[in-house]
Amino acid sequence: MTTADITSADATHAPVPAAALPAGPSGGGPGARLAAAWRTVRRSRRLSAGLALIALFLLTAAVGPLLATDPQGFGTDLSQPPSGAHWLGTTQTGQDVFDQLMVSTRTSLLIGFAAALAATAISVVIGIGGGFLGGWSDEALSLLSNVFLVIPGLPLVIVISSYTKGGSLLATIGVIAFTSWAASARVLRAQTLSLRTRDYVLAARLYGERRWRIVLVEILPNEAAIIVSQFIFAVIFAILTQAGLAFLGLQNPSDLTWGNMLYFAQNADALSGGAWWWFVPPGLCIAVFGAAMSLVSFGLDEVLDPRLRVYRPARRGRAGRQRTAPRRTAPQQQAARRQEADR
Amino acid sequence: MTALDVRDLTVAYPQAHGRPFRAVERLSFSLRAGRTLALVGESGSGKSSVLKALSRLVRPAEGSILLDGREGVRGREYRRAVQMVFQDPFASLNPSHTVDHHLRRPLLATGRARRGAEADEAVAALLRQVNLTPAADVARKRPHELSGGQRQRVAIARALAPEPAVLLADEPVSMLDVSIRLEILNLLDRLKRERDLALLYVTHDLATARHFSSEIMVMYRGEVVERGPSDEVILDPRHPYTRLLAAAAPRTGASREEVREARRVRLESRARRDAERREVVVGEGCRFRPRCPFAMDSCARRPPEVQVAPPPDGDGGTGHRALCWLYADPAAAAGALPAAGPAAAVPPHRAAP
Amino acid sequence: MNAPATAPAGPGSPAGPDGPDGRDVVLRARDVRVEYDGERPTRAVRGVSFELRRGEVLGIAGESGCGKSTLAYAVTRMLKAPARMTGGSLSFRTREGEELDLLALDEEGLRTFRWSRLSLVFQSAMNALNPVTTVGRQFADVFRAHRPDMGPEERDRRARELLEMVGIDADRVRSHPHELSGGMRQRVVIAMALALEPDVVIMDEPTTALDVVVQREILDEVERLRAELGFSVVFITHDLGLLLEISDRLAVMYAGEVVEYAPAEQLAGGAAHPYTQGLLRSFPDLAGERRELRGIPGSPPDLRGDLAGCAFADRCEHAFEPCRTTAPRLLDLGRAAGPWSAACHLHDPAHRPPAGAPARPGAPAPSDVPAPSDVPAPSGTPVPAGTPEPAPAAPGGGPTTEGRQP
Ligand SMILES: Nc1ncnc2c1ncn2[C@@H]1O[C@H](COP(=O)(O)OP(=O)(O)OP(=O)(O)O)[C@@H](O)[C@H]1O
Ligand SMILES: Nc1ncnc2c1ncn2[C@@H]1O[C@H](COP(=O)(O)OP(=O)(O)O)[C@@H](O)[C@H]1O
Ligand code: SF4
Ligand code: SF4
Ligand SMILES: [Mg+2]
Ligand SMILES: [Mg+2]
Repeated sequence: MTTADITSADATHAPVPAAALPAGPSGGGPGARLAAAWRTVRRSRRLSAGLALIALFLLTAAVGPLLATDPQGFGTDLSQPPSGAHWLGTTQTGQDVFDQLMVSTRTSLLIGFAAALAATAISVVIGIGGGFLGGWSDEALSLLSNVFLVIPGLPLVIVISSYTKGGSLLATIGVIAFTSWAASARVLRAQTLSLRTRDYVLAARLYGERRWRIVLVEILPNEAAIIVSQFIFAVIFAILTQAGLAFLGLQNPSDLTWGNMLYFAQNADALSGGAWWWFVPPGLCIAVFGAAMSLVSFGLDEVLDPRLRVYRPARRGRAGRQRTAPRRTAPQQQAARRQEADR
Repeated sequence: MTALDVRDLTVAYPQAHGRPFRAVERLSFSLRAGRTLALVGESGSGKSSVLKALSRLVRPAEGSILLDGREGVRGREYRRAVQMVFQDPFASLNPSHTVDHHLRRPLLATGRARRGAEADEAVAALLRQVNLTPAADVARKRPHELSGGQRQRVAIARALAPEPAVLLADEPVSMLDVSIRLEILNLLDRLKRERDLALLYVTHDLATARHFSSEIMVMYRGEVVERGPSDEVILDPRHPYTRLLAAAAPRTGASREEVREARRVRLESRARRDAERREVVVGEGCRFRPRCPFAMDSCARRPPEVQVAPPPDGDGGTGHRALCWLYADPAAAAGALPAAGPAAAVPPHRAAP
Repeated sequence: MNAPATAPAGPGSPAGPDGPDGRDVVLRARDVRVEYDGERPTRAVRGVSFELRRGEVLGIAGESGCGKSTLAYAVTRMLKAPARMTGGSLSFRTREGEELDLLALDEEGLRTFRWSRLSLVFQSAMNALNPVTTVGRQFADVFRAHRPDMGPEERDRRARELLEMVGIDADRVRSHPHELSGGMRQRVVIAMALALEPDVVIMDEPTTALDVVVQREILDEVERLRAELGFSVVFITHDLGLLLEISDRLAVMYAGEVVEYAPAEQLAGGAAHPYTQGLLRSFPDLAGERRELRGIPGSPPDLRGDLAGCAFADRCEHAFEPCRTTAPRLLDLGRAAGPWSAACHLHDPAHRPPAGAPARPGAPAPSDVPAPSDVPAPSGTPVPAGTPEPAPAAPGGGPTTEGRQP
């Protein structure tokens, strides 16, 4: 998952950028779409700030490790504070903190995005599938999600991790994904249940559209916004969970992640020893990355839902009756209208 | 030529406790090609349930639906023949898709056009038929870029795509501004003529029902209580419920005195019953009994459907019928129905100054 | 209707601030302007003036989005950001004859003013009842806030009285809103609006979501209460047919402005503004002749920014040259039926339509315009029958009423 993926997720949920455009002819080439998406991003400061930060992280993850020499290599400078030679100082055993951070960033992000992708995929299949099929399949699938919801997540992860301790990255990703899909499956199921009885879905059934087409073409795009936001929080959750597990020593110590760095720092009494350069950078990375993802999520809400913006052009009191004649009104309002029609 | 025959249609919804709720009870009617039948009634009377059964979104509990005289037509053939326009133009189009998608899919799904140029042409033709031009521009738009009236046109075009013989329209204009309602209704009327559609127009607006249909059925709590040629039913309503409906419609041409008089009559007839006890169970008898100003003892039994207008030519008459004891027994009718009942609230003509 | 307001007013001073019946006016709005802030502000209300007399029903009609609700909110001073009143004045005359400047009221003053002097029934207010407490408790809250000296028993007694008054069983005080039907909830809201016996009740589409029968019952109820309690009503809806029947006077709004102001009873026969005529052609009459029905093609203009000329020009079948450049003023038509004005160049002596061009003269009596149902308008004819007549000089020179400044 890259920044481009995030923005294009936004672009595939196409009513959004289109709604953001001054009402003009829609469609146009991919260039126009991109331009529209760009303008949408620029409309929200939170979104642009969040995306910029995430781009920075992704860039670090991509090129950082190339700059790093040997993050695990033991040097002779032990526990040095930041200096010209060691930008972020060194660990107790003389490893370069900056190099470690570069490599950790890649691994942490990989775990975060991969686990979130897997969790989201599971929740989409189970939530939307159950919601659309209804009946027994729905009962069974929602029972499954409920079971996973009530099982306390962290202890389960800890139990599984202690089995796979020393296991591969893949095992970590799997464990986190496996334990974190349930909540968003429930959200998606509820949304699907409501979309399933929308008039446009009924109309598709009326002209004999096939089921899988109804799910994939008529329902899924209208849940894109929810799926994206669930995904974002799944990323944060996965990174935090991995950090937590690592901190508890339940991760393979040879994989460098932000959490593992903290684990080593803790073990070496860096906190009490005043070696702040060792634990502050990874801690800060976790915090800033989480904040950036949240900013993106809120920013997306902002551009998707005009009512959260500073100006609130959505009209009040429209519950009873839908208005007509949107052509003359502000595009934001049309968006509001669409949002309400979506509801 | 009847396009669709409905016999003894009953729709029942399961309820948490007790017996299923019968939203439509033994309803029979036919739709004819090139004609409009209006189904009127207050909300909750079961109008949409009829449409859902006809469009096979719910399975009727009893009864049969005959397409072109044949029973049990299913699948693609039925979908091609019976299509529906929904009430809310803001909910009936998918916000994620363009107008083009909304028309192309039904064309392809029902096999009315082949992928590619043929479908392109068919989409453009549909848009032109519903007066959405330039078709190419409109096809690219998404629903939120259209006004309510334009959306409803797209919804109509979508319903026409499978080239149906029967079109069901569920309150197609009640969510639109008054000023554009007529355009949509005129459009439906024109399409009905051009394509020889059998149109079922569901509404609670008696005035448009009268103007756009040749026949009217009045529904009350799942039963048709009065039916007949639209002018007769509206200008000379017989069933007490139809009279109530007619008395409730605004009258533009009426003078202040007429308005005041009509209001007095309404308030009086309301005073005779308990306004809010509408949902009481009436058992076997006439369902309108709790609200009926003319209720009498015999109304505790199920009323028969009787011819109310004298047959003008002796061969079955105009088909103006009502489900009411008042007309079953001439003696009872004469006694109970005052000459100037609520019908007085419907002056025959007020157009002349 | 029997309101004193319909007493003939001196022609020429239809909306004059000190007209002969100026004493009767409870609520007077002058040149009210409202904007919604935004990248390009929406000017939703553009200089609307009206007067509401004691005991009368003033109808406000117009399509969606032409500013009716915004006006209602402005008049009750309930506008919230980004809406902003950018001009105008509002004054209110209490029963005791005291003149209140609504714009000068502070928060506290406003709070007591609303409900007790003037109350508002919102569009789809029936969905605004608090779902978690009973109807009775919601009444009690209103009384506790505005009538602190009322004891609990008295509050309960009064709540029951009010429910009975709007035709709901008094025991419903114990019901939660979801146990009531839509029509009953709407009645509850109306009862609440009347709880403190206000002088003015503003109703914004109070019955639009309801079906005809329930709508009619509620309207009858409002009418009965009004006759009993003597409050005035501003009734807002897009259903002109309904307004013709229930109101005394009518203001037709288009694109944030009042385009016609007329006695309701005569309006159906003699609408002066092409927009009003279009609205009247938009719904069939239940018992009238079957006729060709047309509606108004097109949609209202974008309200962001300025509108050059007449806002209706794009949709108007009578438009002629000045319409695209000069904004029409609201001019008195000098009709005998009562104060009657319209903002249309066809009725402005300064802008004669070109000879031979269709024009509807400011006719003194509605009878020269055939009732619409008499006119089986032949399809294809762009002009309603009865219009192609040479325009006579406007009677009395048609003094400008206040309101729209060019
Ligand atoms: N919160 C808002 N932000 C921006 N513009 C608004 C807002 N509310 C209303 N408007 C604009 O103000 C104008 C008038 O709106 P208003 O709600 O008053 O119309 P209305 O006549 O009451 O319509 P309806 O009959 O649908 O209720 C419209 O152009 C609308 O787009
Ligand atoms: N899915 C459903 N489950 C249970 N009751 C229903 C359902 N749909 C409609 N009803 C009931 O059936 C009656 C008729 O409803 P409907 O067909 O929607 O009438 P209308 O279109 O006239 O409003 C109502 O009393 C309604 O509550
Ligand atoms: S059968 Fe009886 S209760 Fe029913 S409508 Fe007729 S008179 Fe009224
Ligand atoms: S001023 Fe001109 S455009 Fe406007 S309503 Fe009158 S005739 Fe039509
Ligand atoms: Mg319905
Ligand atoms: Mg409004």
